[in-house]
Amino acid sequence: MTSRYIADYETSTHSLPGQSLGWLSQLRADAFKKFSDKGFPSLREEEWRYTNVSAIEKKLFKPQLNSKNSVVDTAWLDDYRVEGALTFVMLNGHFSASLSTLDGLADDVVIASMANALEQQPELLKKYINQSVSNDEHSFVAFNTAWFTDGLFVHIPAKCIVEKPIQLLHVVTEAECLATSRNIIALDEMAEAKVIETFVGIDESYLSAIVTEVSIAKNAELTLFKMQSEGNKAYHFGGTYINQQRDSRFNHHNFAFGSLLARNDIHTDLDIASECDLNGLYLGIKRQHIDNHTRINHLKPHAISRQLYKGILNQRARGVFQGRVFVAEDAQKTDSEMNNRNLLLSNDAEIDTKPQLEIYADDVKCAHGVTVGQLDEKSIFYLQSRCIDEETARNMLTFAFANEMVDKIKIEALRDMLRRQVLKYFPQAGMGNNGI
Amino acid sequence: MLSIENLHVNVGDKAILKGINLQINPGEVHAIMGPNGAGKSTLSHVLSGKAGYTVTQGKAIYEGKDLLDMDPELRAREGVFLAFQYPVEIPGVSNIYLLKAALNSIRKHHGLDEVDAMDFLTLVKDKIKLLQMDQQFLYRAVNEGFSGGEKKRNEILQAAILEPKLCILDETDSGLDIDALKIVAEGVNSLRSQDRSFLMITHYQRLLDYIKPDFVHVLADGQIVKTGGAELALELEAKGYEWVEGQAA
Repeated sequence: MTSRYIADYETSTHSLPGQSLGWLSQLRADAFKKFSDKGFPSLREEEWRYTNVSAIEKKLFKPQLNSKNSVVDTAWLDDYRVEGALTFVMLNGHFSASLSTLDGLADDVVIASMANALEQQPELLKKYINQSVSNDEHSFVAFNTAWFTDGLFVHIPAKCIVEKPIQLLHVVTEAECLATSRNIIALDEMAEAKVIETFVGIDESYLSAIVTEVSIAKNAELTLFKMQSEGNKAYHFGGTYINQQRDSRFNHHNFAFGSLLARNDIHTDLDIASECDLNGLYLGIKRQHIDNHTRINHLKPHAISRQLYKGILNQRARGVFQGRVFVAEDAQKTDSEMNNRNLLLSNDAEIDTKPQLEIYADDVKCAHGVTVGQLDEKSIFYLQSRCIDEETARNMLTFAFANEMVDKIKIEALRDMLRRQVLKYFPQAGMGNNGI
Repeated sequence: MLSIENLHVNVGDKAILKGINLQINPGEVHAIMGPNGAGKSTLSHVLSGKAGYTVTQGKAIYEGKDLLDMDPELRAREGVFLAFQYPVEIPGVSNIYLLKAALNSIRKHHGLDEVDAMDFLTLVKDKIKLLQMDQQFLYRAVNEGFSGGEKKRNEILQAAILEPKLCILDETDSGLDIDALKIVAEGVNSLRSQDRSFLMITHYQRLLDYIKPDFVHVLADGQIVKTGGAELALELEAKGYEWVEGQAA
């Protein structure tokens, strides 16, 4: 199947951004070779044993070599704009200036399309592309490196604190679209920023193959939000790869609602005394398959990592959580906690959860916990004794389980948007939009 | 208001209640005392509709209706309120949301419109003062991280807002220090009225110093073995439960 992409690739490389740069065209060619040798990941690979991607091999997704004037339902799109944020819109794999609202940015902060940045600041980009992740990671990364058509480039200079959230609104409006975006978020020393990645699309089959590389310099802090609300026939492969220097902080809030099949990879490398806090919520219905894969590499001493992933799976939905914490020999005084909690609401729903600790240092504190269960009957009776009927009580408790993750969000407009998404899953919960 | 006749209840194959007879009229406060294992909590659970109990004989008629035939939420909407011995923590659901949802369920049941948001807030703030609770409690998740005393006060706050006809207090005094007990008792006393009745289940006589009952019943081995006025509690305190257990046999 990769042969089709090979044929396409050979005729289209010249259209990809940055091809005039020798280092990049070489990088893309190497990446493409890796992809064509290996193909998409198979169930035989340990990291992919629960997620079968063979469905996408049978599809013929169309590379988007040039930006087109696609028709967009702006009222629909406006629902996904986070009020008060600077919004950078990617439409079918290309930056759309007309749909974006980027006014009011400080002069030294860069928010640019990758295509543009590769023309304007190629040396800066060379510092970041394939620095947080290599093409050997897995073939989706190689695939993205070879194919990326555009993306968001954010660069925050040292000591700059960006108050306004920066939103990447990634939109697909064409059936069979292959949207390959490569995003780079780079914070220099002591910078602080909040970035929101939002993925939406039509209810047709398409493929979003995204790689976001994050670089957080010393003592800088990034809060990254991801809301994946792709169309219900979409395939979403999103990798977020973070490189954290000493004393840096990375907070991640990862919400997976949409798509038919979704896979998230979140990998971070922790230097001395850096911290990461990974939060996730996945809601699956019908035949949705949602896979979250985290890897935290404690490479140096005194770093702290926290993870809480919660999932609710109904009908025939399937969830996967594979969380891996690696503690290197040198990473003494590591403090790590990993938790995965799941609610299964039907007999046919499934969760495969696999927390893994791999520890080579001897003076560390590492904990992990997993729960898989149904709603607590005591809580249901308590609510019934407070006049709430059983069905409403169940909806309320289920919503509350999810809402705990939404309540962590400090940006009010985003929190409201996330809550609306969660409420779509519990239409009978009888809750207002202000939470419960 | 509530008439319990020859009530027999099993948990699995084990008989717990073995023929309870109890008549509660409007405005009366009844205390049920007894040693551990006598069946006190079973009685409160059966009356409020908790699953896991089998009624093998007898009935409980509440306001002319067969109470035991009603779903738990229906009993609550009809005015039966259970203050839990161990109030349940519900992360993610705020106190104020639960209070409003509960109150509106009752109003809907009686054919009334939903409560006006401002009126509701005024009502809640008024009642929360009565229980000497901080307003912050309203916005915290139900019972989550509350101390024992705070949980019990919260139960009485719910009763104060939902205005039930029959309040069942299941060991509301257990685990409370004297200050917390006084606050809870004050809350309960403020709810006493001519047409509101109370069924207080307790292991300790001390509660009855603060909430004066009209009747005291002693429950032992699944039966009411002695009934008297408030003075019975004192006698029981002096002589110990062995006194009535001896009588039951």
